[in-house]
Amino acid sequence: MTTAELLAQDPVWLIAVKALIVFIICVISTLLAVWTERRVLAKMQLRTGPNRVGKFGLLQSLADGVKLALKEDIIPAAADKIVFILAPIIATSMCFMAFAVIPMTGEVSIFGQQTALQLTDLPVGVLYILAVTSIGVYGVVLAGWSSGSTYPLLGGLRSSAQVVSYEIAMGLSLVAVFIYAGSMSTSDIVGSQHDNIWNAIVLFPSFVIYVISMVGETNRAPFDLAEAEGELVGGFHTEYSSLKFALFFLAEYVNIIAVSALATTLFLGGYHALPGLGFTESWLGGWFTLVWFFAKVIFFFFIFMWLRATLPRLRYDQFMKFGWKVLIPVSLIWILIVATLRVLQQEGASRVAIISFAAGIVILVMAASSLMERNKQKVRAPKAEGEAPDFPIPSLPQVQSINVSGEK
Amino acid sequence: MTDFNENSKLEKKSSGQADINSVPFTEVEQPGPAPLASQAKGFWVTFSSMFKKNQTVQYPDVKAPTQPRFHGRHQLNRHPDGLEKCIGCELCAWACPADAIYVEGGNNTPGNQMSPGERHGAVYQINYLRCIFCGLCVEACPTRALTMTNEYELADDKREKLIFEKEDLLAPLRQGMLAPPHPMYPGMTDTNYYNGDVKEAHPSQGAN
Repeated sequence: MTTAELLAQDPVWLIAVKALIVFIICVISTLLAVWTERRVLAKMQLRTGPNRVGKFGLLQSLADGVKLALKEDIIPAAADKIVFILAPIIATSMCFMAFAVIPMTGEVSIFGQQTALQLTDLPVGVLYILAVTSIGVYGVVLAGWSSGSTYPLLGGLRSSAQVVSYEIAMGLSLVAVFIYAGSMSTSDIVGSQHDNIWNAIVLFPSFVIYVISMVGETNRAPFDLAEAEGELVGGFHTEYSSLKFALFFLAEYVNIIAVSALATTLFLGGYHALPGLGFTESWLGGWFTLVWFFAKVIFFFFIFMWLRATLPRLRYDQFMKFGWKVLIPVSLIWILIVATLRVLQQEGASRVAIISFAAGIVILVMAASSLMERNKQKVRAPKAEGEAPDFPIPSLPQVQSINVSGEK
Repeated sequence: MTDFNENSKLEKKSSGQADINSVPFTEVEQPGPAPLASQAKGFWVTFSSMFKKNQTVQYPDVKAPTQPRFHGRHQLNRHPDGLEKCIGCELCAWACPADAIYVEGGNNTPGNQMSPGERHGAVYQINYLRCIFCGLCVEACPTRALTMTNEYELADDKREKLIFEKEDLLAPLRQGMLAPPHPMYPGMTDTNYYNGDVKEAHPSQGAN
């Protein structure tokens, strides 16, 4: 029985219960994620992190939430009031909606009913996730626009450009998964990985592109240009305070968890155990698969934290160049290769043909990269005159050294 | 501005002023991005830092000791018999670059002997909102009355509370000291005091 058939048997009360569970999981994992991030980031910077509220500071994010809720809620006079209030609601609710199609466990029983911890199983589940996360960006853009202030506007514009660019790369990286799994349903993709091998291994380039673009998609360091605090104050949420700000905060972290969960589902075999540990899946009446699922989500979340601790923020033009000139062409070529291989397989081509095609691709890539190496861009730079200056100058791409003596 | 590639003729400007087009060009290779391995180094730095000892001091719970000569709150010292060392000369106040010290001298009378010799500091205030802890006052003090402690917790919620009076700054009475005012040690002059001849209070000093 497929997951879709299994979920179709759910009575209405069970659907309501599962919706509640998904919501609670989202909120609690956000609270824990904020705490985890602050602690891990602190460890990476030789600090301790929050350790005052509760054991190990575990209640810190709850205390921060209460503090935010009790603060004065300001709506600027220049703001478009309705949109200003609507923006954080859109941003938050869309993040939660993405979780509806994520399969978090295998077959389990909830109050005696056989089901799976997945709210619904759409045949186009991944497409649905892309759709709702795109609507979530409206929250950011509208927040920036409706604030009636310069920095939020700039932040909102940056964010829209950023997410549009990286959503293309993200969508393209997912196409290879669809081709390989032959389905857009999340549970089918998980099932196909269970039957074969994780997509992260066979579709490694897609996996890398997805991981990069999911960081861009969620506006996180090093791609956090929409809220670059050194450049735009707070970016799109500069004018927000109190609960509305808390909603944006919630949205950001739920979004991170959502894209991590999607990455887990599409590339790391979803709720299934690591290869060789399949016997653990039947523990706790199947609920142990939830542990596997969250272990993989936490793995991705750790990558988010690690990136944030390590990399400085990209310059805006570099960021756009990377998205449009590197990620998108690479994923387009990769899709062509995957599609060709897939067709060759399905047409029953001989093993020799498939291997020779793959080898041809490898040789082409090697030839192209060596050509690139040979044609390394040469730039005309001012030639140094006379002696080098006494003082050190920063190395600029076009200037070797500057003549400051004034003599010819 | 003309583009580098379009500008084939490199003419010198007659004005003699160096401009970008008069500079002779050379072809240089763009360095390009660093190899992946060296780019990944930063990731190892942050990852390995997680397992190092962190540098945070849990401040209100744990107080890290200062260096022994740390410039903290001031202290007005006493002679071993309890008389104050401060003679109210105001040299500290004059030395202070931040104008943080206020001193009023007073006469020592037979009934009110606060320090050896003729004069004592009647009023002594240090304003810790102004003090920059440079220690010039300590250098200026001729009797070594003013020194600095390692006490650094100088924060409060009222400006008035940060103007320390003489009684806030005075060193506590140690063993063998008597609270002034009391007469000087019998047979000792103020010079003896400064030379350190007085080791403790004489029983007769506490008579009155």
